[in-house]
Amino acid sequence: MLGSIYAIVGVALTLSIGVLKFLNFSIPGLFMIGGMTTWVLIRHGAPWPIAALSALAVGAAASLVVERFTWRWMRTAQEFVPLVSSMAFLILFENLAVAFWGSELQSVPQLFGTSDWRIANLVISIPQLVGLLCSVAMIWGLSAFLTRTRLGRGLRTIAEDSNTALLLGVDVNRIVPLVFVISGLFAALAGVLFALNYRQVHPFMGEALGLKGISAMVVGGMGNIWGAIVGGLIIGLAEAFSIRYFGADFVDISVYGLLLLILIVRPTGLFGDARTGARA
Amino acid sequence: MSGYLEGVLVLLAINIVYAYAAFLPIAAGQLNLGIAGFAVIGGYFSAFVSNQLAVSPLLAIPLGGAVAGLVGLAVAVPVLRTRGIYLALATFALGEMVRAGILNLEVVGGAAGYPVTAFIRLPTIALFTLGVVGLVWLLFSTRFGIAITAVHDDERVADLMGLNVRAFQVAAFTMGSAIAGIGGGLYAHHFSYIEAQYFSISLSISIVLYVLFGGTQSVLGPLLGATVFTLLPELLRGSAQWRYVIFAAILIVVMVVRPQGLVTGTQIRRLLGLRSEFDRKEQAT
Repeated sequence: MLGSIYAIVGVALTLSIGVLKFLNFSIPGLFMIGGMTTWVLIRHGAPWPIAALSALAVGAAASLVVERFTWRWMRTAQEFVPLVSSMAFLILFENLAVAFWGSELQSVPQLFGTSDWRIANLVISIPQLVGLLCSVAMIWGLSAFLTRTRLGRGLRTIAEDSNTALLLGVDVNRIVPLVFVISGLFAALAGVLFALNYRQVHPFMGEALGLKGISAMVVGGMGNIWGAIVGGLIIGLAEAFSIRYFGADFVDISVYGLLLLILIVRPTGLFGDARTGARA
Repeated sequence: MSGYLEGVLVLLAINIVYAYAAFLPIAAGQLNLGIAGFAVIGGYFSAFVSNQLAVSPLLAIPLGGAVAGLVGLAVAVPVLRTRGIYLALATFALGEMVRAGILNLEVVGGAAGYPVTAFIRLPTIALFTLGVVGLVWLLFSTRFGIAITAVHDDERVADLMGLNVRAFQVAAFTMGSAIAGIGGGLYAHHFSYIEAQYFSISLSISIVLYVLFGGTQSVLGPLLGATVFTLLPELLRGSAQWRYVIFAAILIVVMVVRPQGLVTGTQIRRLLGLRSEFDRKEQAT
């Protein structure tokens, strides 16, 4: 299950790097915003679907703010600059959350009772299943949007070459915010799923997860949405297996060892496009 | 000198060393997101050597730097075959792996941290920092510096001019890793204690921020960036929990207003009244 959350964060990251060539470090912050907003609203008595939807909306809105400061006003700047600004946004979001709600670990109330579903020996928890289905549906929708619609085509043109896209009449200033909104939505969705399933949120929850999301994205191949999903599942499995066979202490060694190995052996990731690798 | 002041100054000196570790690869157009990983290698190695073999820290610290540099070399050679963000990601993976590895290494105390017997004070640290800054400054006033700048500005043209682009990138990266190792060694020997948890990706990221904030085009940039980043949160201490919020907001605004960093080469030359032929031509057009 954690694997599918990595996958969703990986999709958010891969969209940003695939289209804009920009590793968006504010995404772990948006993940945290999604989780924290869910918790705050539920604590104030909102029913969980409303809390989840508002969390998605807040995540998308925050991502639009990030777009202004890291992209719109910075297009002519050096390539590292958006990266720096997005890291600054991560610090900003985290510390705003600390300032408002403190840095403690907060627990989200149990919402679904004991809703486990048993098939023989297999225990499936319903919220996990619903979360998984939701995320598969959203990712499938994103994929259809990218390949079928006019906007999606424009977006893929920008991914190829943003100057050419501009010359061909693609409205770059309209589509780029859209990329941010979508990646903000996905990051917040992962946060909501995390909050509802693991019932724990805190202001720095994004960091470790964001790093695993980056690993998922790289393992699958940057810029490739389905690659990010497979990558997320691989990272999740690698974690589960190393806990099983080597103990919990070795999780980070094996996950980041896998990442380093893939970068050395096949830097474009398992499903990466060689061209993206050369131009990223 | 009060203990607080010395503490802040020591941190400042170490941060400046880290900043130059990040500056060298950035000046060659590569991003190292694993500075903390290299620092932890240098820190633990030098601490281990000075503890076990009773070697003076003055020798152990450069030794730690050399080991970190070797690890950097081993990573840079395979990964620099590709371009762009891959090296940054590989260094990030390496940093996290080193940290996790040391947490499980019982011979240096594992997660409990590793006490260091030898102790160095501010003057020694300041000397090391001066040495590092001087070295980088010297390096950048030679052909090497010009070549690095050329590689950074346009790899293809640099290649056509007959520069071995990859060799320069590997060299800059390796030297940066060695400097990071020295920084880690200084940290371990001043605080008499080193623990791997401190050297997280957040540390690596803030070090990169020092450099990008200060400016990547001149040797003064990292110095200024590290100084501002170390002292500003201290000055903002009055507003307790809001200080990092204010700090991040300042960073974002500076990046919008001055994306090239606070100081650039042209600007310094202008301030000093030294105009190069290039600047004059640039102004004429």
